Amino acid sequence: MGNENLVKDVVKEPYKYGFVTDIETEKIEKGLNEDIIKLISQKKEEPKFLLDFRLKAFKKWQKMKEPDWAALGYKKIDYQDISYYSAPKQKEKISSLDEVDPKLLETFDKLGIPLTEQKKLTNVAVDAVFDSVSIATTFRKELAEHGVIFCSISEAVKNHGDLIEKYLGTVVPASDNYFAALNSAVFSDGSFVYIPKGVTCPMDLSSYFRINSGDSGQFERTLIIAEESSSVSYLEGCTAPMFDTNTLHAAVVELIALDDASIKYSTVQNWYAGDEEGIGGIFNFVTKRGKCLGKRSKISWSQVETGSAITWKYPSCLLLGEESVGEFYSVALTNNLQQADTGTKMIHIGPKTKSTIVSKGISAGKSKNSYRGLVKMGTKATGSRNYSQCDSMLIGDQASANTFPYIKSQQPNSEIEHEASTCRISEDQLFYLQSRGIEFEEAVSMMVSGFCRDVFNQLPMEFAAEADKLLALKLEGSVG
Amino acid sequence: MQSKMKESDPILEVENLSASTDNLPILKGVSLTVYPGEIHAIMGRNGCGKSTLSKIIAGHPSYNITNGDIKFLGENINSLEPEERSQSGIFLGFQYPIEIPGVSNLEFLRVSTNSRRKFLKKEELDTFDFEELVKEKLEIVKMDHTFLSRSVNQGFSGGEKKRNEILQMALLEPKIAILDETDSGLDIDALRIVASGIKKISNAQTGIILITHYQRLLDEIKPNYVHVMSDGQIIKTGQSDLALELEEKGYEWTDNFIKET
Repeated sequence: MGNENLVKDVVKEPYKYGFVTDIETEKIEKGLNEDIIKLISQKKEEPKFLLDFRLKAFKKWQKMKEPDWAALGYKKIDYQDISYYSAPKQKEKISSLDEVDPKLLETFDKLGIPLTEQKKLTNVAVDAVFDSVSIATTFRKELAEHGVIFCSISEAVKNHGDLIEKYLGTVVPASDNYFAALNSAVFSDGSFVYIPKGVTCPMDLSSYFRINSGDSGQFERTLIIAEESSSVSYLEGCTAPMFDTNTLHAAVVELIALDDASIKYSTVQNWYAGDEEGIGGIFNFVTKRGKCLGKRSKISWSQVETGSAITWKYPSCLLLGEESVGEFYSVALTNNLQQADTGTKMIHIGPKTKSTIVSKGISAGKSKNSYRGLVKMGTKATGSRNYSQCDSMLIGDQASANTFPYIKSQQPNSEIEHEASTCRISEDQLFYLQSRGIEFEEAVSMMVSGFCRDVFNQLPMEFAAEADKLLALKLEGSVG
Repeated sequence: MQSKMKESDPILEVENLSASTDNLPILKGVSLTVYPGEIHAIMGRNGCGKSTLSKIIAGHPSYNITNGDIKFLGENINSLEPEERSQSGIFLGFQYPIEIPGVSNLEFLRVSTNSRRKFLKKEELDTFDFEELVKEKLEIVKMDHTFLSRSVNQGFSGGEKKRNEILQMALLEPKIAILDETDSGLDIDALRIVASGIKKISNAQTGIILITHYQRLLDEIKPNYVHVMSDGQIIKTGQSDLALELEEKGYEWTDNFIKET
C-alpha cells in the first residue's frame, strides 16, 4: 500500500537520447515503388547484381502479407507514407573525419560514442550510422593490419563486391519474411565485417545506429563473415529522438561462421519507446540470423532489449556444421505500453549440434512481453542437444508476460530441455531489502539485475555495466 | 541494578499501539519500553500478534497503525520508511528470512552495511574493505566464506538462514534488535551458535527483544523481562522465571489471565 503511493510519486526518468540533430538532410520523396528502389541504388552507385537483388525482393514483398501471428497490436503501417532514404547533406567524398559535419560528430559525442581521433573509444572500433548512411568507422587502419575488414556495407559493395555477392541474402533470403523482403528491397546502410582465416579480431567491433529523421524509416543491413578458425565480438547500440509518430525500423543481420569460427553478437537496443500513453516510439521489426556453416563453429547472440514501442525480433541460429553451437541470451524489458514479441529459433541440422537459450522477460506498467521460440531437431541432428530457460518477471499488476515455446523434433536421438518460470517481485522481498536499509528503488533494481544475471554475465564487460544502468533507469517509477 | 539502567533514556517506547491489516485489528493497545542493555522476551501462541508487533516496529507496509506511537530514541517513527528505520538502528531478524534469487549475499550485505554506515556518517566500504569486515563477522556465526557468493538466502537450510540474519545484525550494529523466532527450526548446535552470536553483538548500549516459543533460547540468553501476549495485547509481564513457569504450565495457563483481567 505504502509502496504503491511511493511509486506514483517517483519522478519518471526522461529518455535522455531523445534530442534531434538539426541538420540539412537529403531525403527522397515518400513512397515505395520500383523507381524509388532504382533511385536508392543509383544514389549508392551500386552494381547491377545488387539492383537486381533489390528489385526481386520488392516483387516478392508486394506479394507478401504483413505477419499477424505475433502477440502485438499496433496501428497499420502505411508503407507509402515513409521516406526510404534520408542522409545528412555533406561533401560527396569524405576522406577523413575532419571533413565530417561537426554537428554529426557532436551528435555521436552526445550519445557517448566519440568518433574523433583524440576522443575515440580505445578498445572498440565503431561504425556510426546516422539515418540511412554510415558516417564514420574508426580504427580501420589498425584492423586492416590484421586483415580485418570493417566498414559500412555501402563501401563493402564498392570495394568487396565479390564477398557481398557471394554471401548477401544467403542466411536471410529476401523471401524469408515480409520485413526481410522490405529490407532487401530498400536497405540503405549498415556494417560489414570480414575476419580472415585464423584471425582473432584484436578489438571489439561495434555499430551504433541513430535514427534522427521522424518520417523516414531505417533499414540497415549487417553482414558478418568469420572465416575458418577466426573469432570476433560485435556490439550494436541503437537510439532515436522522441517523436510523437512511429518510425519504422526493419533491419536484417546475417552472420556466417565457417569451421571453428566464432561470432559473438551483442545488442543493447534503446530505441525511443514512446511516452507513457504509448504515443510515438520505434516499430522495430528485425530479422537476425546466423549460419553455423562450419564444423565446431559457434554463434552467440546476446541482447538487451529495452526500447521501441513494438519489438518483433528473433535472432536465430542455423546449426549446419557438425558440433556447431548456437546461443541466445536475452533480456527484454517492457514498461508503460511497450510491446515485445521476441525470442529465437535454433534449427539443428547437423549432428552433435548444441544450443542454449536463456531468456529473461521483465514486464512493468501496462506492457506486454512475449517470448516466442522454436527449437527444431532435423532428421540428421543425431546426438544434438538443446537447453532452454525462459523466465518472466512481472512488476505491478497490469503487465503481462507470455511464453510460446515451439518444439519440433524429427530425430529421436536428440535432447530438448525446456524450463520456464514466472515470478513477481513480492512485497515481502522488497520489505526484506528495505528493512536492511536498502532504498526502495535500489531494492527493485537489485532484484531485476539479479534476475538478469545469467544474461548479463554473457555480455562484454562495459556493455553489462551499461545494461544494468539502463534497466534501472527504465524501471524508475514503474514498480507498484 | 535495574533501576540503574533506567537512569538512561529508553531506546524503544511502544505506547498503547493498535494496528490493523485489511481493516482487521491485530494489535489492541500494546505498550513496551526497552532501555539500553535490556533483554525482553515476548511469548505467546501463534497468531497472538508477536510477529506483527515486530513487523510494525520495522515498518512493514501491510499494517496500519490505528492508534498509539512508536518512539525510537525519543523520536516518533510511525511514518518512517522501513529503510530509514534500519539505517537509524532498528533491526528485525526475520522468522522466515526471504530468498532473493540472483542477488549475491556479499553484495546485499555490503549495500546494507553501507546504508547504515552512511547514516552514521562513517565511510562507506568498497568491496575489498568490506570483505575484511565481513570475514571477521563470519567468525561470530561460524559461517563459511562460501555463504557470501550464494544468492541471498536461496537454498540455505533453516539454520543457515538464521545465521545469515545474525550476520546481518553483526554488520549493522543496531541499537535495538527484534529477533522473531530466531530459535525456531534450529538444532541444539545451531541454537548455541546463534545465541552466542547474539550475546557477542549486544552490549550495554543495545536493546534486544526476543520473540520465542521456547525456554531453550532463554536458557542461553537470560531475559530481564518476559511478556506474554494474547489476542493483540500484553497480558502479563514478569521476570525470567515467568518463562519457566509458562514452559511448565503451557499457554492454557495464560488463558486464565484473560479471565482474571
